[in-house]
Amino acid sequence: MHEMSLCEGMRHVIEDQARQHNVARIKTVRVELGRFAGVEKDALSFAFDIVMRGSPAEGAALVMLDLPGKAMCYDCMQEVQINNRLDPCPDCGGGKLMPMGGDEMRIKDLEVA
Amino acid sequence: MCTVCGCGDSEVKGPSDDHSHRHSHDHGHDHSHGLHFGHGPAGVEVAGMSQDRLIEIETDILAKNDAYAYANRAVLAGLGAFAINLVSSPGSGKTTLLCKTIEALGDQQLAVIEGDQQTENDADRIRATGASAIQVNTGKGCHLDGHMVGHAMEHLNLSKGAMLFIENVGNLVCPAAFDLGEDCKVAILSVTEGEDKPLKYPDMFTASRLAILNKTDLAPHCDVDMNRYETNLRRVNPHIEILRVSARTGEGMEAWINWLRHNLAHKSEVQAAE
Repeated sequence: MHEMSLCEGMRHVIEDQARQHNVARIKTVRVELGRFAGVEKDALSFAFDIVMRGSPAEGAALVMLDLPGKAMCYDCMQEVQINNRLDPCPDCGGGKLMPMGGDEMRIKDLEVA
Repeated sequence: MCTVCGCGDSEVKGPSDDHSHRHSHDHGHDHSHGLHFGHGPAGVEVAGMSQDRLIEIETDILAKNDAYAYANRAVLAGLGAFAINLVSSPGSGKTTLLCKTIEALGDQQLAVIEGDQQTENDADRIRATGASAIQVNTGKGCHLDGHMVGHAMEHLNLSKGAMLFIENVGNLVCPAAFDLGEDCKVAILSVTEGEDKPLKYPDMFTASRLAILNKTDLAPHCDVDMNRYETNLRRVNPHIEILRVSARTGEGMEAWINWLRHNLAHKSEVQAAE
């Protein structure tokens, strides 16, 4: 989707943190991405390299960690883990699932160079 | 509890908890994380990363947008104004529906924010109805964000108890992730788009409170199965409310107008109680 805007959001956060901690260079940026966050990893990686130019994270490695997709099944009323947005309930096979998590897009931490 | 330094006294939060955390307030993690120099192993295993030089932040990538959205929501709450974010593919009939809605709402105070990549066409169409409208051109952007909407609201002079309609950029993907400070999203889906559209682009329909099946007057000409639209909408969002509307013929408009009035009244009541 809008990986370039996401990277701009990341750059704001990284610049704020680098200033706060008086850090000139970041070596690694780790982000957590939910399975339903709709983030295309290749596109994010591509945009990251471009958007971080001139920031403390220029040339930094981007590490992407997956978070599971979770949903509430309205047939068996259980919170279940699913891999794909349209998967049926793994417990009862029901099809009425409301996503309850897995849309996270979070910067976890920064490794200082 | 923070997964690295162990600060805080609550349980480690799962993704569903984190979800509510993200939307309940506008900042990231609020306890201060310093540089973890020399603390040694800190509870996380990171291959190839030295744990003594990590800055823990655990901040949502969209934290900045969410802060703007939070501020917008506070302004709207202060006014008891009800704001909806209209989302759809391009060409679903959002602007026509809005023009007819404005006519049907009569003397209800309202304002419109129009989002498009280029041109003032849509705002011009809204202004022709007599309503105040501001056009936001996103340039290359594929969605409106909280910052743009905040600036647009400054120009609109919203009155107490008004309705604010935010017509997002026609796009069924990106606007789902960007909170604008609205009360809810309303997805417009025209019946010519195909019954499986909710399955192809589930996120937007999951994020919406109401889906309007628009252009129902065209249904007999397009071999569409209206019930399948509804089944597929509920497949991706068991909570979703659905209205069948033709902005052109006026079919279903009354139910839509009632839905808007009911939600505005509800918000005003909540506001008065606080």
